[in-house]
Amino acid sequence: MPAAVLILAAVAVACVPAASALAAARWPRRSPAAAILLWQAIGLGWGLAAIGALAGLGADQRPGVVRGAYALAYRLIAGRGVAAAGARSLPAAIRLLSLATGAVLLLLLSGALLAASAAVLRARRRQRALLTLLAHGDPKVPGALVVDHPAAAAYCVPGLRSAIVISAGTLDLLDQAELAAVLAHERAHLRERHDLVLLPFTALLQAFSWSVTARQAHAAVALLVEMLADDQALRHRPVAARELATALIRVGAAGGGRAPLGSLAVSDHGADGQVAARVSRLLRPAPRLPWPAIAMVCAVAVLVVTVPAAFLLFPS
Amino acid sequence: MDILWESRDPLTVRQVSSGLTERDLAHTTVMTVLDRLAKKGFARRERDGRAWRYRAAESREGYVTELMLNALEQTGDRQAALARFARSVSDTEAAALRRALGALDTGTRE
Repeated sequence: MPAAVLILAAVAVACVPAASALAAARWPRRSPAAAILLWQAIGLGWGLAAIGALAGLGADQRPGVVRGAYALAYRLIAGRGVAAAGARSLPAAIRLLSLATGAVLLLLLSGALLAASAAVLRARRRQRALLTLLAHGDPKVPGALVVDHPAAAAYCVPGLRSAIVISAGTLDLLDQAELAAVLAHERAHLRERHDLVLLPFTALLQAFSWSVTARQAHAAVALLVEMLADDQALRHRPVAARELATALIRVGAAGGGRAPLGSLAVSDHGADGQVAARVSRLLRPAPRLPWPAIAMVCAVAVLVVTVPAAFLLFPS
Repeated sequence: MDILWESRDPLTVRQVSSGLTERDLAHTTVMTVLDRLAKKGFARRERDGRAWRYRAAESREGYVTELMLNALEQTGDRQAALARFARSVSDTEAAALRRALGALDTGTRE
């Protein structure tokens, strides 16, 4: 078996334990942005390597996996059958099966991304329409929309016409400084389009809902995005870590406790630990990673993507 | 829309117009707005002779509930549409968080 396929397969397989290790690691809390970059690289690198390995197993990868797979697909469509890639090549059935699996994986991943994007856009359009009818402004939270409901909720609707929504319950629950902290946090989400960071991981989770690693990856990135917004909130506004932490505790603890909507009484174990992790990070901040460590993380991220991409594109 | 929510009976465009006393809107403006609400599914309309009568498709509370359910939904990890400030936690963790808050508050607050 040729080296390119072996290396691609090794990268794809290694990405899974690497993702689990990254999900369990403590250092990402100290530099969420670098960790998010590494998560994105692992996700992209895994996809490239897995699809590339499958396609490369089927095709003649001497001209590069992409061109080899393209040539093979072209021969098949033209009805010329599978050309022998060399004396030591695998049986045609296995090569076709492997190529087909690679194509299915590619379609599954891109389809999941499209489906997730469409669902997100639909849900946001509905949110905006409802907010236009129901929400009103309030001088306590300038720039945000208030919905009259006793439950504690604070969220943002990202997009080109973005909105920050605060429930009346949250207005009662938090004091002025805490509300300012919440607004700064949500503005950071909207400004840096954190929703776009999370979207591919949501799609991955929907495509592989059975996968523990996909769940770990999604939860880890979701938490890192929140931590990033917490950091940004402290940086851009006269917001104190303490107010942000107490706001988090009050909103997080209120949601389950006095939920007036039936289904809200059910606790969300996925969120357990996340609020506590953010609170302890705000109250006892760990120093940021030193710059050589960040540079190393970035270098690893670049390698994880460029190595599979190189084997896909260039002759070996 | 508030006028439709407050009325028990379906209203004609003219009745909605006369309800909007604080704002002097043209009849056609109100007609356009009601037409758009109907197209978006927020209002239902029915023929009454030569005029349309409009009523709200669902109560205001129904829409608020939908909005909040979406905002707080517990299957939130499958949805990337909204970004929540803090997701609600289980009762045990809520109790632990409240204890931490109590410890914080005994310093300067309340």
